[in-house]
Amino acid sequence: MADGRSQVKRRAGARLWLSATWLGLLVLGAVFAPLIAPQDPLAQDLFGARLPPFWEAGADAAFPLGSDSLGRDVLSRIIHGARIALGVALIAGTLTCLIGSGLGLIAGYFRGWPDMVISRLVDIWMAFPPVLFAILLIAVLGTGLSSIIIAIVVIDWTRFARVIRAEAMSQGAMDYVASAQVAGRKRFSILLAEILPNVLPTIVVLLTLEMGIAVIVEAILSFVNLSISTDQPTWGSMIAEGRLSIHQAWWVLVFPLVTLFLTVLSFSQLGEGLKDHFDPVLR
Amino acid sequence: MSFLTIENLNAEVGPAPILRDVSLSVAAGEVRGLVGESGAGKSMIGKAVLGTLPSAIEISSGRIVLEGEDLQAMRPRDRRRVIGAKAALIPQDPLTALNPSRRVGPQITDRLVDILGWTRHDAQTRALELLDEVQIPEPERVMRAYPHELSGGMRQRILIASAFAAEPRLIIADEPTTALDVTVQKQILKLIRQMQARHGTALLFVTHDLGVVSKICQSLSVLFGGKVLEDTSVGDFFARPAHPYSAALLAATPKYTDPEASLTPVPETVIEAVQAEIEAHDRRQDHV
Repeated sequence: MADGRSQVKRRAGARLWLSATWLGLLVLGAVFAPLIAPQDPLAQDLFGARLPPFWEAGADAAFPLGSDSLGRDVLSRIIHGARIALGVALIAGTLTCLIGSGLGLIAGYFRGWPDMVISRLVDIWMAFPPVLFAILLIAVLGTGLSSIIIAIVVIDWTRFARVIRAEAMSQGAMDYVASAQVAGRKRFSILLAEILPNVLPTIVVLLTLEMGIAVIVEAILSFVNLSISTDQPTWGSMIAEGRLSIHQAWWVLVFPLVTLFLTVLSFSQLGEGLKDHFDPVLR
Repeated sequence: MSFLTIENLNAEVGPAPILRDVSLSVAAGEVRGLVGESGAGKSMIGKAVLGTLPSAIEISSGRIVLEGEDLQAMRPRDRRRVIGAKAALIPQDPLTALNPSRRVGPQITDRLVDILGWTRHDAQTRALELLDEVQIPEPERVMRAYPHELSGGMRQRILIASAFAAEPRLIIADEPTTALDVTVQKQILKLIRQMQARHGTALLFVTHDLGVVSKICQSLSVLFGGKVLEDTSVGDFFARPAHPYSAALLAATPKYTDPEASLTPVPETVIEAVQAEIEAHDRRQDHV
């Protein structure tokens, strides 16, 4: 068929591949960090401090993206930082998605008292300022990887619950749901077999967005020193350190910042791309 | 012996009545039309029978009897089973009545396999037969298609096929031609009538189109404000409408024989009279 659909598909393809390539590289980097990273990310060398990136005068080929004020290799720290960032994105994103979507589906399809309870809970939850809430939670739970993940899940499940509830409600009003009901299907099986597949594209988009958000939240918490112990390189802590020497060594700040930016952008574009890819009408 | 009997059915949203003392019956093999303007409650009657009323609407009194079984007196689980085995729905909008993310075939066979316990192979054979019966070309290909790949008319044919799949004794058709264009409407109507006659199914046909009623129904109920104003055979209705509102409705129908004539709306006085009748009815209810 020669209509607008073929155009849509091609555009969606480009951003899907670009973002998937970037994230794929990051994942490879994170998994094989000890093999790939040119230097030990924690090794300090005060005589080799603030080496510029490779294209500037006075650069050292062993430090392609330069070194920070303690002489640690920026590239190696970014690669090792990807481990934390992607780990948090994956685990926190998935958990948030499962909890939020599950509650959203139940509220939106069954309505009645489950909806009342879940919706009021969401309303109350959303009245807390999220970053303060996260900092408060970490202060109570103590720092560490699992605290960060818990904080993200606890804060962000409402994002899924709200959107998926609305989607489930609009799908639930469709005639095909009524037909399934007339045919004598059980309500729970209608939820799984009829409604879930139609909400799935939205869930995928939200999930990838959430992964991007998880990366940002982790970076924010590292930035204010509430993440993992300081001897573990994270993008947020690199940005925090880079900020102090921005006039002497801009690269210490800029490279982790660009990496963070590209990663979050890739997550959101991956979601949009996947949605177009999975949408039966555009397929 | 009537197959479906509704007796004094009342339903409300909060304090507002939706159905007022509705009584009607459909005999086995009969086609009954349910006409009325938008908001008259005609679709709500169909939904009440099939148990798909929105949760905000509550049935306060009355009985719905399907082949001798009182649906209101049953537990929801049993009711669902009885309705699933005996009745089916041809929905209004073929565009939303098929699940967009699933192939067409399983959507027809699901019910046969999961609810009625057929083998997948039998259900598949039956679905192909039915698609052939509703005159769909290349049924094998259509079974594998997604709904968006098919036209509105094709989808409505599929929905008709799937309504007849389990040989229900009663089918409720909720304005099945409203969402289609006029040429397709005619074919679909003819198809529903053929299928109904061949299978001997009772049909409750919800519509606002008196032309459709004259072509397909044997009897009809006229609704206004959730109240049945007239319950009569189609012949009598078109020859001598008993209720002034029915007469006004008939007069308001455009005539093909005289395309130049301007349209006559239902006169204000008639509407006011009907509303007064309904208010009087509500007052009587309050006194009881």
